[in-house]
Amino acid sequence: MKKVKESIAKYIFLIAGIVAIISVLAITLYMFLKGAPALFQVGAPQLLFGTVWKPTAAEPHYGIFYIILSSVVGTLCSVLIGVPIGLLTAVFLTDLTNSSPLGRTVSKILSSAVELLAAIPSVIYGLIGLMVLNPLMYKLEKHFFTGSETHQFTGGANMLSAIIVLAIMILPTVINISASSIRAVSQSLRSASLALGATKLQTIFRVVIPAARSGIMTGVVLGIGRALGEAMAINMVAGGAVNLPLPFNSVRFLTTQLVSEMSYASGLHRQVLFTVGLVLYIFILSINLILTRLRKKGEKAND
Amino acid sequence: MTKKKCRVSELFLYGAIYLCAAVSIVLLAYIIIYVLQKGLKSITPTFLTTVSSARKGTVGIAGNIVNTILIILVTMLFATPIGIGAAIYLNEYAKPGKLVSAIEFATETLSGIPSIIFGLFGMMFFGETLGLGYSILTGSLTLILMVLPLITRNTQEALKTVPDGYRNGAIGLGAGKWYMIRTILIPSAMPGIITGVILAIGRIVGESAALLFTAGSAKLLPKSFLGIFDKIFQSGGTLTIQLYLSATSEGDFDSAFGIAVVLLVIVFAINLITKKLTRRFDVTRNSN
Amino acid sequence: MLQEIVTEMERRIMANNVKIKVENLDLYYGDNHALKNVSMDIYENKITAFIGPSGCGKSTFLKTLNRMNDLVENVTITGKVSLDSEDIYAQKVDVTQLREHVGMVFQQPNPFPMSIYDNIAYGPRVHGIRDKHKLDQIVEESLRGAAIFDEVKDRLKKSALGLSGGQQQRICIARALAVRPSVLLMDEPTSALDPISTSKIEDLMEELKKQYTIVVVTHNMQQALRVSDYTAFFLVGECVEYGDTKTLFSYPQDKRTEDYITGRFG
Repeated sequence: MKKVKESIAKYIFLIAGIVAIISVLAITLYMFLKGAPALFQVGAPQLLFGTVWKPTAAEPHYGIFYIILSSVVGTLCSVLIGVPIGLLTAVFLTDLTNSSPLGRTVSKILSSAVELLAAIPSVIYGLIGLMVLNPLMYKLEKHFFTGSETHQFTGGANMLSAIIVLAIMILPTVINISASSIRAVSQSLRSASLALGATKLQTIFRVVIPAARSGIMTGVVLGIGRALGEAMAINMVAGGAVNLPLPFNSVRFLTTQLVSEMSYASGLHRQVLFTVGLVLYIFILSINLILTRLRKKGEKAND
Repeated sequence: MTKKKCRVSELFLYGAIYLCAAVSIVLLAYIIIYVLQKGLKSITPTFLTTVSSARKGTVGIAGNIVNTILIILVTMLFATPIGIGAAIYLNEYAKPGKLVSAIEFATETLSGIPSIIFGLFGMMFFGETLGLGYSILTGSLTLILMVLPLITRNTQEALKTVPDGYRNGAIGLGAGKWYMIRTILIPSAMPGIITGVILAIGRIVGESAALLFTAGSAKLLPKSFLGIFDKIFQSGGTLTIQLYLSATSEGDFDSAFGIAVVLLVIVFAINLITKKLTRRFDVTRNSN
Repeated sequence: MLQEIVTEMERRIMANNVKIKVENLDLYYGDNHALKNVSMDIYENKITAFIGPSGCGKSTFLKTLNRMNDLVENVTITGKVSLDSEDIYAQKVDVTQLREHVGMVFQQPNPFPMSIYDNIAYGPRVHGIRDKHKLDQIVEESLRGAAIFDEVKDRLKKSALGLSGGQQQRICIARALAVRPSVLLMDEPTSALDPISTSKIEDLMEELKKQYTIVVVTHNMQQALRVSDYTAFFLVGECVEYGDTKTLFSYPQDKRTEDYITGRFG
């Protein structure tokens, strides 16, 4: 009796463990099953590299190239802004505030602030972006483009707003992961560098950060994943037209394309949206693969 | 040796670091102040306890609050046991091998998938293939997949901190493994498990993209207590979804900021609780 | 010319020039009185060893000589330490420049996780040397100085972490030499090493003292006896006895020193 109970327990736990595998397989299967057909119906080159998006026209065009491009450019730009800010914040948290009680208090407050930033729902970022950032961008837009014949005014709902919102949203990820990998760097390396006459900053930038680089890279890649997958916040601030990803253009990302058109799309249009989802999913899977590699590398370095 | 070098570039770098460190604090302070300033005036008893009524001309989010709670309950009802079970399997039963690395890889992958993809999958699979349509159940089933890694990982961390002596002690007394897990492991790992659960609740409260196409946006209250069970099979928008709709299609920014205040209060409270818990957790860990 | 250099070296080795002068040094960690009124002359081109049970302030005292204690919180230091007659705790002293003059080797070999070459070139680069040719030269000189050049010359671009513990420690010595210090502080440099690596490092110290003033903390009395010219015995923050190594070991003046070196405690 006891034995039966034991083995039942074991199998129940096994099934619980396998749920994750089944989920990933099911998601992958569905993304491909639903996303692939449009590639054949429209033609992969026309779909992926077409630049005209007119899904509801009498003669519909389904080119998602600008959408892919916007996601890539938006993500990269936000990472370019967010990573340096995040990394320097991590340096402040770890190495510049650890030598005095006041410093440690400041560091604790800052860590809590970062945690809270991470906890704020993305719709709130979107709401504030919509109310604060967009009017600001509109001013800039008017400043640059008044009198321009070709510029399509966006009221500030543009690429630039989206990049800023994304940069802010990836900050906590970058800060937390960089800070913990910087903390993990052995104190003896810092001592060695200081004993050679290096200053504190030289030590941080020439020894500590290089030694923590695989952890920092993990943070950067996670940030990329987060930016690439963010949907609601940037849907609220980036405008709603498929365009080349220029700073003052209203743009659509892979994610926002889904959010804004899925509710009413039908037929081939809907199929193409699934393909958009598939493209996003493939990006994310590649990022996960890179992450696994990085982690393995990190583990090896620790041995 | 006695001439102090003046390092201009270092001063510049220090300035940059302090500036960057200030960014997070300033941002947080700004967000809180701005949201409170714009939204506090919307927080009235009517707003919190009624459903919007065009006839009376009132706006209320009670329906969304109930929907949010329902989604949390249904999601956690399934996600908690599965997540804990998976963690127990990984830490206590499985021997290192292909299956373990597959489960761990799958858990990693799940935690990296953006919520919009979960939403898409939930809509296609639970909504269409299983025919559950736009409903709280569809939303919850979708969210289970999303919060599963969070619970599994926190439980695993907690299990790791339970000393092997406890396990050997119980087994040595002739207790079965399942008995040992039930009476020794799970209680010892409780703070970690609860932390995971609360973090998952926080994630659900803030979630929007995964729910837009799964749980829908209805804001009506269930008609009776038993109506709650019907409600699970009906469309229901959470607070975040209502915020999104208020700020975009409905153009009702007062409500949007009102909801933002409510959301901020909830997520900050959750943050505070998990912090307290982790601290207590650390204490027990250190005393071992 | 060569003759002149040799005689100059001999003169420096023979003469007992004071390199570092410590007067009435007290050090507190918060309320803990960790070093009590230590005074000592450390002689140029000699090896001075600090012995004593662990936790008695040897390492702490060593670190006051290149001001590494400055990094510790709540530390208070009074008294005077002068290097070549200059007070190293004076307001105007730039710590980074002090550490150019006083190099340090740690207990655990701690090469940076970068190539052997970059490890050695780190110090010079930090102090502003960019010229590739010059760096090459410094790297080779330093590695030769630490008697490890021949072992690593074909793998300078490989990670220093791939070396054995003993080799890593000599890389760390080479790294310290590369900033051209005049004093080398060694904090139990062989305690993490096997006997063969230890004897290599000891031979190296003999060689290095021709050019450098060496101060070494050791918990191994035999080592102090083998390598050092002067020895100081520390006990609970106090420098109990300091003098010529042979004399100190043969005719200890203080009962406590005698007890320690005859193995009665510690």
